[in-house]
This record gives sequence, C-alpha cells and structure tokens, in this order.
Amino acid sequence: MPVQYRGVIEEHLAVRTACGIFDVSHMGEVEVSGPRAEEAVRLLMTNDIGRVTDGQCQYTLLCYPHGGVVDDTIVYRFNSERFLFCVNASNTDKAFEWIKGQVSDIALVENLSDEYGQIAIQGPNAASILEDLSDVPPSEIKPFHFVMAELAGGIEAIVSRTGYTGEDGFEIYLTPSEAPELWGALMYSGEEFGIAPVGLGARDTLRLEMGYPLYGHELGEGITPIEANLGKYVKLEGREFIGAEALRAQKASGVKKTLIGLKMKDPGIPRAGYEIAKNGEKIGDVVSGTMSPSLKSGIGTGFVEPAFREPGTEIDVVIRGRAAKAEVVKPPFYKRPY
Amino acid sequence: MEFPKDLKYTKEHEWVKVEGSIVTVGITDYAQDSLGDVVYVELPQEGVSVTKNEPFGVVESVKAVSDLYSPISGSVHEVNDAIIDSPEAINEDPYGDAWMIRVEIGNPGDLSDLMSSDEYQKFIEEEK
Repeated sequence: MPVQYRGVIEEHLAVRTACGIFDVSHMGEVEVSGPRAEEAVRLLMTNDIGRVTDGQCQYTLLCYPHGGVVDDTIVYRFNSERFLFCVNASNTDKAFEWIKGQVSDIALVENLSDEYGQIAIQGPNAASILEDLSDVPPSEIKPFHFVMAELAGGIEAIVSRTGYTGEDGFEIYLTPSEAPELWGALMYSGEEFGIAPVGLGARDTLRLEMGYPLYGHELGEGITPIEANLGKYVKLEGREFIGAEALRAQKASGVKKTLIGLKMKDPGIPRAGYEIAKNGEKIGDVVSGTMSPSLKSGIGTGFVEPAFREPGTEIDVVIRGRAAKAEVVKPPFYKRPY
Repeated sequence: MEFPKDLKYTKEHEWVKVEGSIVTVGITDYAQDSLGDVVYVELPQEGVSVTKNEPFGVVESVKAVSDLYSPISGSVHEVNDAIIDSPEAINEDPYGDAWMIRVEIGNPGDLSDLMSSDEYQKFIEEEK
C-alpha cells in the first residue's frame, strides 16, 4: 500500500464525499476454531462475544494480564466454533503467537494471513458501487455484519460492513490471487461514482478525524484500553478474560494518564512526540497529529494527566519550542452528514 | 518537472534567484512533489538574520515536517506572508507565487557553491 496515489488531501476528500478503495491486504487474519472456540475467544477478548450473533463482527482489544494491549482487532463470528480475528499487519506474528500460546490447548489457532487479501471500499457511494457486483445486495448487510458473497461473477469473498474511516463502507476478504480482478471490477463499476484509490497517508488522516486508535500510537503494550478511553469495549461485569483483573483494579483506582483529543486554536500542526503543557508545565505527550483535511485545522490525540481531560480545557502543544494554544475535544473530530 | 535556468539551486532543494544584493528563496518543484500536499509554513520575521545552511523556517505536509535551509547568510528583507494563508501555492507555483523570503546578501561568497539547473537535475537523479 503506497503512502499516496494522487495526494493525501484529494484521496481523503474522495472518501468523505464519494468513495475510496484501499488495498489493505497487509492486514493479518488469525482463525480460532473447534468445538471450544467460543470459550477460547472469550478468554482472549475484552469485549463480550456473547453479545453478537453468527454473521456479526465486533471490535475488541486483546490484552496482557497486566492490562496492556496485544492488539486491537475486529473479530468475525461465523458460528460458535469458528472465529476470525483481523489483526494489525505489524502485530500479526505477535498476535498469532499470543493467541496460540493462550488457547491452543482448547482450540485450533491458525495464521491465515497468506490466504486472505483484503480490499476496502469506503464512502457514501460504496454501497452503490458494490450493488452491481455482488450477489448479496449490500442493503442486506447491516453495519458490523458480514456475509459470504460472490462478487464480479465468481469471486468468493467475505463482505463485511465495517471500516476504518468513519464512512459507510465494506471490507472484503478474498483469495489474494483474485484481488487484482476485484480491484479492477470495483474501479470500473465505481468510475461513475467517483471512486479513487487511497493510500496510507489518507488512511491515517481519516481514522484520526474519527478518533479511531492506531496501535503504536493510542495503543500499545504499555497502554491499557481504560487509559485509551476504550472502556466501552471492555466488558468487565461478571466476566473473566486475560487482563480483566488488572483492568478492574485500574477502573476502581483510576488512571494516571488518559487519552484526549485535541484541536489547535493557534496555527500549527500537532505531531507525535510533541509535549502537551499547561501554564508552562508538561502535562503529557501528543501520540498522533495531522492537519485535518475536513476541518482544515490541526488535530491530534495525546495522553495527559486526568485532571486535564475535560473537553474545553485549554492546553498548549509545544511546537518547536513554542507553546501553541489548543483545546481538549471529545472525538470524533468529524461527523458524517448522512 | 521544471528547473528554470535563471535560478540557482541547493542540495537541500531550495532555489535561489539573485538580483543585485537581494536573493529570493523558495523550494524546488522536486521538493514540493516529494513533500506532497503542503498544509503549513513557518517563515522568519523581516529583519532577522539567517545563516547559510541553517534552518530559517519549516514546511509541513499532511504527513511530515521539513526544515527550510537558508542558501546564504544575510538579513531577511521581505517575507511572503501570502503563502502562510495559502500554503497550497507551494505545490501549485513553487517558483512564482510561492517564493518564501528575500534576503539581503551578507557574504557574496556564499553564492559560489550553488548549483546550476543542470547540476541540480544531475544531483537529484543521483539522490533518487
């Protein structure tokens, strides 16, 4: 996946107003199967897989016993004996080894990353573009659901109504050798709907406008989901999973750092690693930052002491030694108009 | 990609136009293309001193921050404030509207190691 095709801003706006197509084949896929597969994934997941039915997917964190994050992932529930985790490319081996190490005594754990390519189409026109190419009408796939479909007259694929942009759209898993053909078919069908190839640069600005976390920035082994403000994906009540004890304790005692969204009031662009300050004292660090193509303003995320977490709090981002004014905001930075 | 013959060039991908004791400075077509969409520029104030091969400002694309290096030493005579409000001009017209600063030359000898258009094109071919 290149950083850009025609330009980050143009690609970003294509997704917000029409449709973008992403080659995300680098993502990893780990399958957990067998008669005790559900028990296995329950042990691994902070979210409660019992809340979704077959054919649904769910966002979840995988945690270490100390509460830090192995990876964040979407889990696909085919049935109670087959689950597929879509993991971050850079974490694939680590996540696979972790899952295998925890549950291989009760379930079969396979790294299927080489058997799946992935193409995402995202944007208000995504459903219209898929309409002509899919034997399952896109309107029958609800958000966070997936189906097995035949695309472009013979390509078997998992079609999931999910994404990483905040727009309506689909993530399509298929045999890697068939991905170029589907890419071509989508580009052809999408031409009249303004489809545009999108690279890593806009993928990052799109996700950041939504406040979606990116492992290595908002998430990591030294960051818990509670600190990253992802508590709604951590179902602690009456549940036991790896990390539950530590997360329960942290929820009770409170966190020492918490993730905030920030929006610049002064000119300037926050960047990962910049210091966040208040009245000249350091209170935290920026972990992601960019110029938002939709808002045309500098936006970012950072970890600060919890005393400064309230939206509206005035803070400074230290840019090249100068304090630039910013404000704490609650993501998403961008809300889609439909 | 264009590299006008009447300009001089630096290894940091700035262009320089010499007119009497004043030089105008901007970034090259190659530089703007490598950066991608420029969304922010920071330039010095008029009257401040700049030093050859030292940063005098920054340009930021969506993804990255890059320093601007002064091709000569001297004092800033004029600043193109218009590009602060419309940094996209740097992508659109790097040799025209998007000039950055005009510097009064402090040491004329600073100009001697700047590259010609042909030399600069050779330089970026080798750098690729």
